[in-house]
Amino acid sequence: MASTGLSLVEIEQMSARDAFGEALAQAGEQDDRIVLIGADAIGSTRAAAFLKKFPERTFNFGIAEQEMVSVAAGFALRGKIPVATAYGFLISLRACEQVRTDICYPNLNVKLMATHTGLSMAPAGTTHHSTEDIAIMRSFANITIVAPSDALETVKAVQAVIAHQGPVYLRMGRGSLSSVYSQDYEFVLGKSIEMVSGNDVTIIAYGIMVKEAVEAAEALAKQGITARVINMHTIKPLDIEAVRKAAVETGAIVTAEEHTIIGGLGEAVASAVCESAPVPVIRVGLRDTFSAFGGEDDVRKHMNLTAQEIIRAVGKALAMKRGA
Amino acid sequence: MKLSVEELKKKADEIRILVLEMVETAGGGHIGGSLSAMDVMTALYFRIMNIDPKQPDKPDRDWFILSAGHKAAGYVPVLAERGFFDKDLLPTFNQLGSPFGMHPDMHKIPGCEASTGSLGHGLPIAVGVALSLKLDSNPARVFCLMGDGETHEGTIWEAAMGASQYKLDNLIGIVDYNKCSMDGPIDQVVSLEPIEDKWRAFGWRVIRIDGNDMAQVVGALEDASVPQGKPTVLIADTLKGKGCREIEGDYHWHYGVLGSERLDRTVRELKGGSNG
Repeated sequence: MASTGLSLVEIEQMSARDAFGEALAQAGEQDDRIVLIGADAIGSTRAAAFLKKFPERTFNFGIAEQEMVSVAAGFALRGKIPVATAYGFLISLRACEQVRTDICYPNLNVKLMATHTGLSMAPAGTTHHSTEDIAIMRSFANITIVAPSDALETVKAVQAVIAHQGPVYLRMGRGSLSSVYSQDYEFVLGKSIEMVSGNDVTIIAYGIMVKEAVEAAEALAKQGITARVINMHTIKPLDIEAVRKAAVETGAIVTAEEHTIIGGLGEAVASAVCESAPVPVIRVGLRDTFSAFGGEDDVRKHMNLTAQEIIRAVGKALAMKRGA
Repeated sequence: MKLSVEELKKKADEIRILVLEMVETAGGGHIGGSLSAMDVMTALYFRIMNIDPKQPDKPDRDWFILSAGHKAAGYVPVLAERGFFDKDLLPTFNQLGSPFGMHPDMHKIPGCEASTGSLGHGLPIAVGVALSLKLDSNPARVFCLMGDGETHEGTIWEAAMGASQYKLDNLIGIVDYNKCSMDGPIDQVVSLEPIEDKWRAFGWRVIRIDGNDMAQVVGALEDASVPQGKPTVLIADTLKGKGCREIEGDYHWHYGVLGSERLDRTVRELKGGSNG
């Protein structure tokens, strides 16, 4: 990991948020076009690591996310690489029109780095949960959507997103993500990663649900079912070839995401499958309902974002595959 | 290019004719606000701003952000007259495949710095441009033209606070205060008064002018261009539809088309000079 200046062990011990801050600060060293635009959450998003190194390139606009996004567009017009950081619901909902009209429509090189997404601010409740952000962002042309699954992948994603020319929505959680990767690997935007091989069914997930998917696959293996697990870290552009291959080779697909099933990865996968190789697709996610509040693990269990739910969905998908 | 006040008056009226003829061909356009702001835009492009149509991207250029994007019907002919592209293209306005329509697209219009149209977006974009110029120690200035009704948008005031916080004395806002919004006289929709106090309270230097008096427009823009440690806003009192006497001051003319007879009369009048 020479390129990040951090060792694999160091990264694994970090929360994804801290990894984001460190990766951003490292990127700032390598490219002085990078500026950080914040909205009174530079500390809690951990972008403060960048602020500490580059105070002259950090601009805080207070609790004004719409302004933050438009200002970032202004920086991009002059060839800077602005990183705008705030909680996911604020970027995708509060500043939705600014993202669409000021960033995506003119195709500006702005990096929207969203933290505290999904249900990761569990006790804060629905007002602070980002469970529609992927659906919103997916509908905008030109944007790339990336959701890493652990601290190491967060570092790699930050590097790839900065290197990419064009608007990006980087979706990160809040707390410490359990490690999904135990060794270094190649991260390429738009190219999914097969975490577990299998031929009976495919589970496609991103973010925190990758770990649940791997756990589900391990449990299914004990029942004699081999489940392929794909980490779809880039939700847009979708790795359509990997989805088509999964449909053809395994004949059944389950998607899992910390997001509503409306407009998220599940629908993206279902669309790709319908247009290439139709097979059953069962979606795990929030089922047209708002989230509950409580402890992080409790809320995720309550909303059925678990390995157990993925296993249930696999059962359903396999029954459909058999024509039952 | 530095035209005199008298030359600018004549130029503004020549461009008003281009606007009205273009809109006539297109079958409709935002006439009212395009004409009210024409003296300000003409002064900027033909005297105040450091720009070169042959090098639209030159690094030391001044920036113009049309926050009130619907004034494109005025802005596009200004750019054409200034030489950014051929005036022969103007009759394509609003047609499929044309470089320009109701709201400007930066990727299609030579000399256009930002794609705008949804109100309240241009000023915060201008804040980003102005801050990035400061970061690079670039002495260029950013001019941002807003509609009066546009300042109903909350993002204008978010940006007003941000510009003040960062002491953006390279940012000059202009409010085209023609007193009309789409649904009626602005005072009867939602009043902006006391408009000067509002901007001052947000930390801006305020200059009040008759925005259809070219000498005042030029004087204020030159005055505003001298940095004084804070952003400046010109409150430009204007007449909606300025230059077409039959529609002046009438909020119904936010969008429309004159029709050939009224157009002919207006063109004859403008050739005689709208500013007397």
